[in-house]
Amino acid sequence: MTIKTITLSLAACAGFGLAGIAGAADMHTQSISSTCMSCHGPGGKSLGAIPSIGGLDKDYFVKQMKDFKSGARQGTIMKRHAAGYTDAEFEAMGAYFATLK
Amino acid sequence: MTLNRRDFLKVSGAGAAVALTGCATQSAPTVAKANPHVVIVGAGFGGATCAKYLRQWGPNIEVTLIEPNDKFVSCPISNWVLGGLKTMDDITHSYDNLPKRGIKMVKDYVVGVDTSKRVLMLKGGSTISYDRLVLAPGVEIMTDFVKGFREAEAEGKVVHAWKAGAQTALLRKQLEAMPDGGVFVMSVPAAPYRCPPGPYERACTVANYFKKAKPKSKIILLDGNPDVASKPGLFKGAWKDLYPGMIDYRPNNLPYAVDGKTMVVTTEFDDVKGDVLNVVPRQKAGQVCEMAGVRTDSNGIWCPVNLATFESTSVPNVHIIGDSVLSNLPKSGHMATNHAKVCAAAIVELFAGRQPDPIPVVANTCYSAVSDTQAGYVANVFRLEGEKGYVSQPEGGATAKGDELNFAYAESWAQNIWAEVLG
Repeated sequence: MTIKTITLSLAACAGFGLAGIAGAADMHTQSISSTCMSCHGPGGKSLGAIPSIGGLDKDYFVKQMKDFKSGARQGTIMKRHAAGYTDAEFEAMGAYFATLK
Repeated sequence: MTLNRRDFLKVSGAGAAVALTGCATQSAPTVAKANPHVVIVGAGFGGATCAKYLRQWGPNIEVTLIEPNDKFVSCPISNWVLGGLKTMDDITHSYDNLPKRGIKMVKDYVVGVDTSKRVLMLKGGSTISYDRLVLAPGVEIMTDFVKGFREAEAEGKVVHAWKAGAQTALLRKQLEAMPDGGVFVMSVPAAPYRCPPGPYERACTVANYFKKAKPKSKIILLDGNPDVASKPGLFKGAWKDLYPGMIDYRPNNLPYAVDGKTMVVTTEFDDVKGDVLNVVPRQKAGQVCEMAGVRTDSNGIWCPVNLATFESTSVPNVHIIGDSVLSNLPKSGHMATNHAKVCAAAIVELFAGRQPDPIPVVANTCYSAVSDTQAGYVANVFRLEGEKGYVSQPEGGATAKGDELNFAYAESWAQNIWAEVLG
């Protein structure tokens, strides 16, 4: 997201009640986390070679995603995915997956 | 939630902007019924996933899923069946777990949609009313677009096998019956079509089979596109390294006629004769989209939607997900599951009287086998950025070479997504 988009967006924000926006943010986390499950399995519990991510420690999850994004951790497909999310989203997803024991 | 205040503003602020721009085409949130009813048409990757997540995120929502088939047959991995790596049983799955999630399954065809009264008419004679409708029919194959195809298909001579099922099994039998030294002719429709890498993967898995079982055979690949439309490095590399001399790739060769008696495919340039013909005609949004009046792009082919909610830009309270949607997103089963999740989240929010997440993120992951031991992938994350639509994020792309590790991941991906959709 560009700075310009954010600025324009903040300007447009005034018209909405906070309650609705908070709901959207929470659903944003659930929605983006659910996209992971199309590869990693329902609840992040994988069948086969793809690693499970459900129940991972939050800090570990966040560090892995940042390392995939920066290239510090080598992988196959994950750099391409990690590059598409923000650090704030890594934190939110990490907190969510940590609850999926 | 652990977003800090600054991040929260980023997310919520950007969100509101898109919501505003989306207002023109988005029906208003409605705080009304205690148990609103969503009817979903089609229990493929998109429809079944949408049903699951509606029940998960909106337990008060009643969900009815209409599907004419008894079983789910997966298009992904169906090329592996054609190459003899997997069986029809491997790609066929039951719907038994969906009712356990509180989803009402109805085995029937939709024959009419009255979007003003919000009622569906079913072939069995009953009607079903909805508060919101989700159409996930996949593609309709435009069999009239290739002259002679419909007759050849009816006689069981030539199939597209672009919807996994009986045609997949028939094409496999035709390939098994083909003599060594035979010619397999297959075609690729002009983009956009379902599963961009699918035709090229099919050439690989069939070539792998020929190499082992009938090595004198040839494959002629007639492509309606100017070049390999997906993962070109991966596929062209495999054809050269793994199957030298076996695959005759002909770009800009769109078939316009096929004859199941003489077994000839006709393009603008040539009459191409083969022992087995696999012609894949071009495609459009499923027919139920026409019934609902949402197949409204300029050619009446695909369905324009509000990309934050997947609601039709033409008809309120009708959402479209999966291959039928008009967008820059690849038409894949994986992508359909992501449409489904964004759509389900939006519907939950709209029923609750809240604004849907205006900055959803969708991702595509697609593995393709190039042999019985090697696969490659393409992966992209797309973020909705206001009027720019879904924007592909940096680092998205495809592998240039297949390997064993990605073959193992491809198998695991299939098991996981089937469990995610149907489990």
